[in-house]
Formats: sequence, C-alpha cells, structure tokens
Amino acid sequence: MNTAFIVISLMNGISYGLLLFMLSAGLTLIFSMMGVLNFAHASFYMLGAYFAYSLMGVIGFWPALIIAPLAVGLIGALFERYSLRRVHRFGHVAELLITFGLSYLVLEVVQLLWGRAAVPYALPPALQGTLFTLYDIQFPKSRSFIMLVAVLMLVAVWLLLTRTRIGLIIQAALKNPEMVEALGHNVPRVFMFVFGGGAALAALAGAIAGNTYVTEPSMAAAVGSIIFVVVVVGGMGSLSGAFVASLLIGIVQTFAVALDISVATVLQPLGISVSPQIFGYALLSLTISQMAPILPYLFLVLILIFRPNGLLGTERG
Amino acid sequence: MLTLEGVHAYYGKSHILHGVTFDIAPGEIVALLGRNGSGRSTTAKAIMGMVKVEGALRWKQQSILYHKPYEIARMGIGYVPENREIFPNLTVHQNLLLGQKRSRSIGRWTFDDMYAMFPRLKERQHTDAGVLSGGEQQMLTLCRTLMGDPDLIIIDEPTEGLAPKIVELVGAYILRLKERGISVLLIEQKLTIAMSVSDRALVMGHGQIVFSGTPAALENAPAVRAEWLEV
Ligand SMILES: Nc1ncnc2c1ncn2[C@@H]1O[C@H](COP(=O)(O)OP(=O)(O)OP(=O)(O)O)[C@@H](O)[C@H]1O
Ligand SMILES: [Mg+2]
Repeated sequence: MNTAFIVISLMNGISYGLLLFMLSAGLTLIFSMMGVLNFAHASFYMLGAYFAYSLMGVIGFWPALIIAPLAVGLIGALFERYSLRRVHRFGHVAELLITFGLSYLVLEVVQLLWGRAAVPYALPPALQGTLFTLYDIQFPKSRSFIMLVAVLMLVAVWLLLTRTRIGLIIQAALKNPEMVEALGHNVPRVFMFVFGGGAALAALAGAIAGNTYVTEPSMAAAVGSIIFVVVVVGGMGSLSGAFVASLLIGIVQTFAVALDISVATVLQPLGISVSPQIFGYALLSLTISQMAPILPYLFLVLILIFRPNGLLGTERG
Repeated sequence: MLTLEGVHAYYGKSHILHGVTFDIAPGEIVALLGRNGSGRSTTAKAIMGMVKVEGALRWKQQSILYHKPYEIARMGIGYVPENREIFPNLTVHQNLLLGQKRSRSIGRWTFDDMYAMFPRLKERQHTDAGVLSGGEQQMLTLCRTLMGDPDLIIIDEPTEGLAPKIVELVGAYILRLKERGISVLLIEQKLTIAMSVSDRALVMGHGQIVFSGTPAALENAPAVRAEWLEV
C-alpha cells in the first residue's frame, strides 16, 4: 500500500461519498419535514440517469444534464401533490407503502422502456480520460466532475437554506411544521417544493453517476439501501450528519474494495498458516474486499446499538 | 366578527368539543377560562383549522370551516399556542421574520415596534431563541404572531409558569393590543389577569360554554366559579 494508492482511493471515496450525499440530502430533508421515509428516492436517481441518457441523444449531454433533473423534479412534485398528500391523513404507514409502490412502478416502467440490460450511456468527450496520474494510478475526469457538481450543489443548497426566505421557512418547518403553517405559510406547498427539489437532486446525481458507473435497472436498489444507511448513521433529519456519514461510508467502502487482505494473510507473516483444514477457514480467508458490500450494514447495526440517534442526530420529539 | 355556532371538535374518534357557541366583537378582549382538559386549547385549534370540526365557524361574515390553517392565518387570525412554540435553533430576529406572512409586508407592527415594546428582545435579536428565558420566549411568540398583523389574536395561556411581575406585564401588553383595535381571545387559568383585562369572560367545562358574562358578573357568581374553575 503506497501513498499514491491512498491518495487515489481517498479521492475515489470522496467522490462516491459526495454522490451519496446528493441523494441522502434530499432523503433526510424530506424525512424530517414530513416524517416520510421515501422508499422511491433512489428511483428518482435511476430516472435521472435514464432521462439524461435518452435526452443526450436528442439535445446533447450538457442540456440533458439540466433538463433531466428538472423533469424528474417535476415528477416528484406531482407525485407529492396528487398521491402522497392524499394518503397523508391515513398516516405514515400508508405514505411509506405508497412510496414503496412507486419504486416498483418506476422499476417496471424503466424495464419496459429501456430493457433489462444496461444502456450504453457514455461519457461526453470532455469528461473522458484521466484528470491526472499518480505513480501509474489514474484518476478519471468523470469522478472529479462528480465532486465538482456535488460541491456546487452543496453550496447552492446551503445558500438556499440559510440566505433566503423560503430557506428560513424550510428550516422552521423541519422542526415544527404545524406552527409554521399557523403563522400563515403555505406549508403543503413547501413540502411539495422540498419533495420535488429532493427528487431533482437525486436525478442530478443519477445523471452524472449513470455514465461514470453503469445505467441499469438494478442501479436504484444498489444505491437505495446504502442511502438509508447513510441517513440513519448520520442521524435522521440531520443534513450535516448525512454529509459526514456519506463521506465516511463512501471512503470506507472504496478502501475496502481495494484491500485484498484477510485475517489469513495477516497471520501469514507471524508464522501461523491458515489452511483449509482449520475450523473457520471460510471466515478467516475472507478478504476485506469481499466483505465490502456488507460493511455499511455492519456500520448501521453498530450505530443503532451505540448511538441510536445517529452520529449528529438529535432526539426527535 | 368571529362567530362559533354549535362547534364540535374531534381528535380522531374522541369527541372533545360538544357544541361551542360564542362570538367576539371587533376590539373586544374575551377571556376563555376553565380547568385543565376542559377544551380551551381545542377551541383555539378548532378556530385555526387544526382539528377536525363540525358546526358553523364564521370570520368577518365568511365561513372558515374546512379552510387550512395557513389560509385562516392569512385572513387575519393570529395564534399564539401554549408551550411557547418558538423555533429554538433560529435567532430572535429570524423568528420574527417568520411571523411576517410575506417578505416586506407592511402591517400595523414593525420590528422597531416590537423591539421598543420588549427591549430585551432587541438586545438578543441575534441570539438563538432556544436560549431565551421562559418569559422572553413568551414575549417572542406574542411578537412573532403580531408581525403577521392579525385583527384577532388567540393567546393560549401566556402566563403559565411566569413570575407575578411578568404576568402583570403581559396584562399591560394585551391592553395595548386593544388600543390598536385588535380583538383578543385570551385563554387562561389564572382568574386575576383575565378579570383585570377582559371585557367578557367565558367559562368552559367538558367541551361546552357553561358561563358567559362580564368579569363583574363572574365575580358575583360564586357557584359557577366553585363548580367550573376552582380546584
Ligand atoms: N392531540 C390530542 N389527541 C387526543 N386527545 C387530546 C389531544 N389534545 C387534547 N386532547 C384531549 O382533549 C381534551 C381537552 O384538551 P385541551 O387541550 O383543549 O384542554 P385545555 O382546556 O386547553 O386544558 P390544558 O391546556 O390546561 O390542558 C383533554 O381531555 C385532552 O386529553
Ligand atoms: Mg390548553
């Protein structure tokens, strides 16, 4: 393990973590405002990728990067207005179920329109190739583009929340929507705006991740469970918590994938050789990279045991 | 200008208000008295559209039944809930800003009016509201609602947990609202402040109005006080 490997893995991890944050930011805001865990959030991410892919053929990549999130944001807002809001009076379980239903609907529609296999959503020429090479290890331009977009989004959301009147209303409604409404603010419309905005951010993440990674029907499920982990680990409803947890999980997972070490390889230099005859060989010879997919969930369990409110979460009333 | 006629209110299946009838005239201060759990806060929430309601609810000759809370607030009814629901992680100034229904709205009250009335709030305008004392938070909720320029303000137990000196202060401010032509529905448990500032007193018991009259009349009705107010 050398410095170049660490630097590049760290950057890959940050880039992936920032991508997770683009998704978890919306999810956690929607949760703390409406008390709804939106199961369909990752579906908006997938729609963003597919919309951008299809639009790219017509209007080119850069316009598609703007139009696709706006279109998905509109779908999100309409879903909130005409579906979620109607079942609101039946309680949170009904709301949860309807977002669950939406995620299946989106999955089926995507498979119907674009097929079950991955689509060839390619990087535009400007984002192909490597940004720099460090001792033979390359850092691709597309990953740095993800970082750039995520940071711009972070700044924009922060300015919106802290410098504008609607941001002030959102901040207050995060804690006490009934009181905000009693002061004469149209809180249902603010909910719709936040839901649509969250969907648009998820779609933007999908549009830039879809060509860096793969655009396929399973992409929503793959990232969906991870962002739930992020939101719980960070503390339900905490934006800063979601930020820290996104980076943490992004970095841990990226490093884990790259580490081909197991307990057996660590014991080797100490003169203890682990052979297939030994009890627990299967476990001892598991490499960290093989365990990478379960690490976030391991993390989730540990957090739920030791800090049930998450890293930066506060008790909810 | 506000009329309730046979108002019933429910939390889910539990039936809380059983036909509440009263009205409030422009510029009038009406005290709504009663024991814990008699349904006073529910009456306030019923007016604000925050609970399920049946019956007739009119504001300025117009029915407000089935209107949303924000619409009712925009029609000119201000609500100061019990428990001082300030926004603790926002500053005093931001709390006041949220009271305004739109940006730069010009109403009866300005920030300077509020800060002149409560110099303590001016000193602490950039402090998080969550660290204010109970009395200061009470002033802040009152001012926050006033920033929305209501014609009627419903104040739910403003003196709960406050020192006697501050209670007097609250009474004085309520009288100043009346000077500006604002009607007040004052929900109270303490008889003293209610009797000294109000034009009319209503007593509530088991979700109904059981007495309505001047404070003097209530003074002379020991039976009513014994049955519905004293503990
Ligand atoms: N959210 C709620 N769900 C179910 N029942 C409620 C709810 N809020 C109040 N109640 C019930 O409604 C009745 C009237 O409550 P309300 O808050 O109107 O009383 P109150 O006169 O304001 O008294 P106080 O504020 O001193 O408790 C009580 O029996 C209370 O238990
Ligand atoms: Mg009450």
